[in-house]
Amino acid sequence: MKDTIPADMPPAEDIVLSTQNLTKHYRVGGGGFGKSARVVRAVDGVTLDIRARETFALVGESGCGKTTLGRIMLRLQEPSSGTINYRGTELTTQGEAEMRALRKKLQIVFQDPYASLNPRMRVEEILAEPLRSHGFGTAADIRDRCAELLEMVGLRKQYLRNYPHQFSGGQRQRIGIARALANKPDFVVCDESVSALDVSIQAQVLNLLMDLQDQLQLTYFFITHDLAVVRQFATRVGVMFLGRLVEVATTEDLFAQPLHPYSMLLMSAVPRPDPRLRGQERPMMQGEIPSPMNLPSGCRFHTRCPFARDICRIEDPALQDRGGRAVACHFPLDG
Amino acid sequence: MADYDPILSVRNLRTEFSGGRGDVRVLDDVSFDVGRGKIIGLVGESGSGKSMTALSLMGLVPKPQGRVNAGSILLDGTEISKLDAAGMRRIRGRDIAMVFQEPMTSLNPVRRVWEQVGEPLAIHKGLGRSAIRKRVLEMFEMVGIPEPQTRLDAYPHQLSGGLRQRAMIAMGLICEPKLLIADEPTTALDVTTQAQILRLMRDLRDRVGTSIILITHDLGIIAEMCDEVNVMYAGQMVEQANVFDLFENPSHPYTRGLLASIPRATEARVARRMPSIPGMVPNLAKLPPGCRFAPRCRDAMPTCQRPPDLETVGTGHVARCWLHAGQTALQSEATR
Repeated sequence: MKDTIPADMPPAEDIVLSTQNLTKHYRVGGGGFGKSARVVRAVDGVTLDIRARETFALVGESGCGKTTLGRIMLRLQEPSSGTINYRGTELTTQGEAEMRALRKKLQIVFQDPYASLNPRMRVEEILAEPLRSHGFGTAADIRDRCAELLEMVGLRKQYLRNYPHQFSGGQRQRIGIARALANKPDFVVCDESVSALDVSIQAQVLNLLMDLQDQLQLTYFFITHDLAVVRQFATRVGVMFLGRLVEVATTEDLFAQPLHPYSMLLMSAVPRPDPRLRGQERPMMQGEIPSPMNLPSGCRFHTRCPFARDICRIEDPALQDRGGRAVACHFPLDG
Repeated sequence: MADYDPILSVRNLRTEFSGGRGDVRVLDDVSFDVGRGKIIGLVGESGSGKSMTALSLMGLVPKPQGRVNAGSILLDGTEISKLDAAGMRRIRGRDIAMVFQEPMTSLNPVRRVWEQVGEPLAIHKGLGRSAIRKRVLEMFEMVGIPEPQTRLDAYPHQLSGGLRQRAMIAMGLICEPKLLIADEPTTALDVTTQAQILRLMRDLRDRVGTSIILITHDLGIIAEMCDEVNVMYAGQMVEQANVFDLFENPSHPYTRGLLASIPRATEARVARRMPSIPGMVPNLAKLPPGCRFAPRCRDAMPTCQRPPDLETVGTGHVARCWLHAGQTALQSEATR
């Protein structure tokens, strides 16, 4: 068991994956009778660099586009526009066959360990499938690799013959992780991968993810709504609101001083497990998230922002560099 | 404590399910009180029995496999555990009400919101439609639904998750029940909406004096909301304390493990690995012979092969653990 302070931040120049102005727009409704189609801007211009071996957390409320962003980054869904560069290769122009080969390196662990494993397949078949589809080797090689994968995620290889329903939620999530790691990926999207787990199991799985990151030099893109997990697990954080990144900073910087009012209000809403802190009045977000079909003018956060001024209703602030971090706000909180 | 008069007093509750391989005891000897105007927390992981406790109180344990087999439930001095179905229907929604986790699935999608929220009034008070509509509007105002007039005729899908949960709370409180049970009321909500709903529940307690049982897996919510806390594990109460005592002096190794393993947004990470509890919750059909937590416990010792009792560790603070055995005797010695 290692109990060391997290390794230093990976150097900024070592970029695994970067997106430029990535968007995903959905058309909804329309199709006749004079009703015009409306557009949902689920992801609306995201530019982001992910550094090698970091854990980049993407946080935001439901409907902010974080899951869609994770999926279009891997081209599990097609982006509407923008580019995705993975270690020098432009993903958006790759054909199906090339993309399939690249998928070896680009993997995803889903939220729901109940829904993401085929209930009719034994663990061995679940793990062998990605190996076979990438021509891993002989049947014996594949069998050995499956056993190795299972042990890597802390399960006994005797379980290879079992079916998903015979496992607990935490064990199933370990199997989902083993499947994602089968072909030695480089970049792994974890979409709410520990959110459905009980607290005591969540810590076990987070520790497993950290150990595997050290062993296998993985880069994580960690999608979550849980800021406590972010603080304990991530090296950098992107805060998303209505399809846009509103703030990007190291975990340390963000929690020391959030610059975007949305980040601040999100953080102050987290219940604190210390009854002595009760009663301290905290700023609270008012109202409801605007509909992504009907975005407010100017800054999309202005309808909920306690600090909004006239310009915020008119001009949409861009994500701007601010001393090693970035914020999209006319009046960042550091003055 | 002669002047102590709780609104709810649960004693030695035992709920069992029969299945293919014999009976499973999902609640074993569960006892706790809810003081008037207090918010009482039930905390535990999946399978701990916290939701089953709520269903047992509400007379909603799924039949015929499940049943409450022993114990007593005194609601404001009246024994309700022996009531038949009709008797339970009379008090459910009137004296004791429940708010569930998923506000989408607990509302009927094809009926207008006001009719559903007002239904307990039709059942228990026999009010007419216009009187009900008026009362629902008042309740919508009380639970902070914006533009309440226009929301009365909405269908559930036209409301956001937060508004649906407010409507459910309005429905729970519409007959001014003696006790509201909220089972993971904010688990399906975003953290900002959660903060609004928790504040609402706290305000209702402060303004109206509603007594609340709050069921959650989130120790942050417990710390923010509760007066007293009951920690459950594998169908038993394992620790009961005032919220400040529980967080300052957690006495059961399970509570300690839980408190250590929750990720905290308020503190920077100190170690690469997070403290965690090894292993997993036992199968209720195959419980260990002694302490149910012993197989996962760092402090386990030979005595733990025998089932521990709830031992007193402080004023109003008990823990089901052999580490504290004998302290009960010592304490009564000291007070003598």
